[in-house]
Amino acid sequence: MISKFQNNDRLLMLLFIIAVLAGPIILAPFGAGYPDLLQRFCIFGIFAIGFNILFGLTGYLSFGHAAFLGVGSYSAVWMFKLLTMNVIPGLILAVIVSGLFALVIGFISLRRSGIYFSILTLAFAQMSFSLAYSVLTPITNGETGLQLTLQDPRVLDGVNTTGSLPSTNLFGLAMNATQKVEFLGMTLQFNAGYYFCGLVLILAFYLSMRIFRSPFGLMLRAIKTNQNRLNYTGVNTRPYTLAAFVISGMYAGVAGGLMACTDPLAGAERMQWTASGEVVLMTILGGAGTLLGPVIGAGFIKYFENIFSKINDNVLHGWFSFMPDGLEDIIVGILYYFVGKGWLLTLGLLFMMVVIFLPGGLIQGLTHIVERFQSKDKKQDASVPSDTDNAVKPAE
Amino acid sequence: MDAILLQILNGLDKGSAYALIALGLTLIFGTLGVVNFAHGALFMIGAFCVVTLQRILNLSTVTLDPTKTDFLGNPLTIKTPYIVSWFGESMGASIINWSVPLALIVTLPIMLLFGFIMERGLIKHFYKRPHADQILVTFGLAIVLQEIIKAFYGANPIPTPAPEVFRGSFDFGVLIGMAENAVIYPYWRLVYFAFSALVIASVFAFLQFTTFGMVVRAGMADRETVGLLGINIDKRFTIMFGVAAAVAGLAGVMYTPINSPNYHMGMDFLVLSFVVVVVGGMGSLSGAVLSGFMLGILESFASMNEVKGFFEALYLPSIDQIIIYLVAIIILLTRPRGLMGRAGVMEE
Repeated sequence: MISKFQNNDRLLMLLFIIAVLAGPIILAPFGAGYPDLLQRFCIFGIFAIGFNILFGLTGYLSFGHAAFLGVGSYSAVWMFKLLTMNVIPGLILAVIVSGLFALVIGFISLRRSGIYFSILTLAFAQMSFSLAYSVLTPITNGETGLQLTLQDPRVLDGVNTTGSLPSTNLFGLAMNATQKVEFLGMTLQFNAGYYFCGLVLILAFYLSMRIFRSPFGLMLRAIKTNQNRLNYTGVNTRPYTLAAFVISGMYAGVAGGLMACTDPLAGAERMQWTASGEVVLMTILGGAGTLLGPVIGAGFIKYFENIFSKINDNVLHGWFSFMPDGLEDIIVGILYYFVGKGWLLTLGLLFMMVVIFLPGGLIQGLTHIVERFQSKDKKQDASVPSDTDNAVKPAE
Repeated sequence: MDAILLQILNGLDKGSAYALIALGLTLIFGTLGVVNFAHGALFMIGAFCVVTLQRILNLSTVTLDPTKTDFLGNPLTIKTPYIVSWFGESMGASIINWSVPLALIVTLPIMLLFGFIMERGLIKHFYKRPHADQILVTFGLAIVLQEIIKAFYGANPIPTPAPEVFRGSFDFGVLIGMAENAVIYPYWRLVYFAFSALVIASVFAFLQFTTFGMVVRAGMADRETVGLLGINIDKRFTIMFGVAAAVAGLAGVMYTPINSPNYHMGMDFLVLSFVVVVVGGMGSLSGAVLSGFMLGILESFASMNEVKGFFEALYLPSIDQIIIYLVAIIILLTRPRGLMGRAGVMEE
């Protein structure tokens, strides 16, 4: 089934669009149907798709992508402060600024490859983080983070007489407007901000699909497979990797901009290297080098982060109350370390498991399972091309 | 003059920590060819060995003293650590007082064992995998270790004082004939520097003057040939991994009085230590040590008021926060092999 998806872009795209548009309905039964989480799915999905264009295709492992996310957030918030609360100019500025920023960092970092590249990007990101925290305080507002105030000019919006902070909007449609619908006993929340993020996600996904299928994408894959051979055949790989780096930086900028659109503030902690690590986790977990993987990884991590961190020992006791008392306490005592505040522990373990046993991520796992079922059905049909071609080949 | 001396001294202790961690990283990289992102976590585990030892030493019997009352009128509770009741008043108290140096003895075997288990259990399976995979799996391990420590010890830094003898500061300036109070330096930082110099020297001596070290160096140069000569080089490399883990752990132990251990100290140091390794040259032990001290001292120079003033005069932001990264970027672009990197190591 999955192989059919991957071989049929139009079907995949259609299903993706349906899934995004029906997100609030599909996810409501899982307790994830509220706007805040749905928006985060989309935003981190975009972030991970962008990271995947660099890491999944070229194999260059950047450990500093959060810097672009932060820059995107800052520029969007500045647009909200100075020009208008409409999200479009903010997003455009976020893309432009993060693209330029990525161009500069990429131009320098891409002169080296492998681990050196990882460390260079890490160094740049940490540098931006430190700068945002300390000397760039006039622009970034340091530790407090950049926030909207009533005194902001907002040239296009006219005078604010309401006395409260305006909310971000899309030509008058407020981003936090939510339509609640009762359906089969569930409250479905259709949020304007989510649909805006969702549309951008669909666009981002479509673009990434086009890149994957284009000659440019093929060139990027060639760089991952054997950069030396390309160099020896006289191909200058630098422009290609730089283009991939800038594109993925712009994706991160869009994600940062959307973050500011849904919640108009920006802080330096968004640029810290743990944030860069998170997007690496998402991409690897879902499956680097696959189209759908990063979105799934992002959704997976954000969903379980939300669900797991809400579980406390009362909930656990509720689950295991059918057991004898002593056993219940032991099990709850052990599990307690893995949920709630200990969610990161679970994530770390899961991530290690994925890297060790399933380098292609969840997508690869799904493919294996599906293949096993298929091979049971039709054992004679061995000539079906394996779609692990699309899955990640470990980066050099 | 005194300001410069003071900054050099200030840079030494941080530089020592960088140098020790970078030394371990380079040992692992040079022998096994593995990029270990969990090395900072080993540093942190060393630090938390001190915390654990301190807690064990302070396990007490609680007795009520009915003759005295506390300010609420309840009978006064007296806590007597077991150590005190076993070894007597003065001996017990001084054992608790010296818990940080004592932790060295406990930490060494723990870290060696930890290193062996980590190498045999996890790293071994990643020799042939690409560097990106090694980074990712050790990064995952670092998160796991960090979260385990957080679950057991909480998120707040835990103060671990140095032995009382070393708690004060001394006037370094008077020692070399300068005015009084010109160069004041805490004793413990000097101890830390001396300790790290000792550890670095012994690691180098171990590699340079023992047969074991000779084999390891040969293996670093050409693993395959050494293996073909019938030497079990894998076993020796595993031991070197243990040694590298122990160096990181001991560095963490001695660093606790300078900086109270918290669960994310490993990550904080790791990023900088990687930069140190890269600046020194991947795979070069002396390069790692040299650049560790150099960057530590540079960092403290950049935070001098005079330097800050100089940059302000040029309308530039002060660079004390980013000097290390800046140096790393410049070095990587101008001298891609690092300060003392050998040809052919990690060059694509």
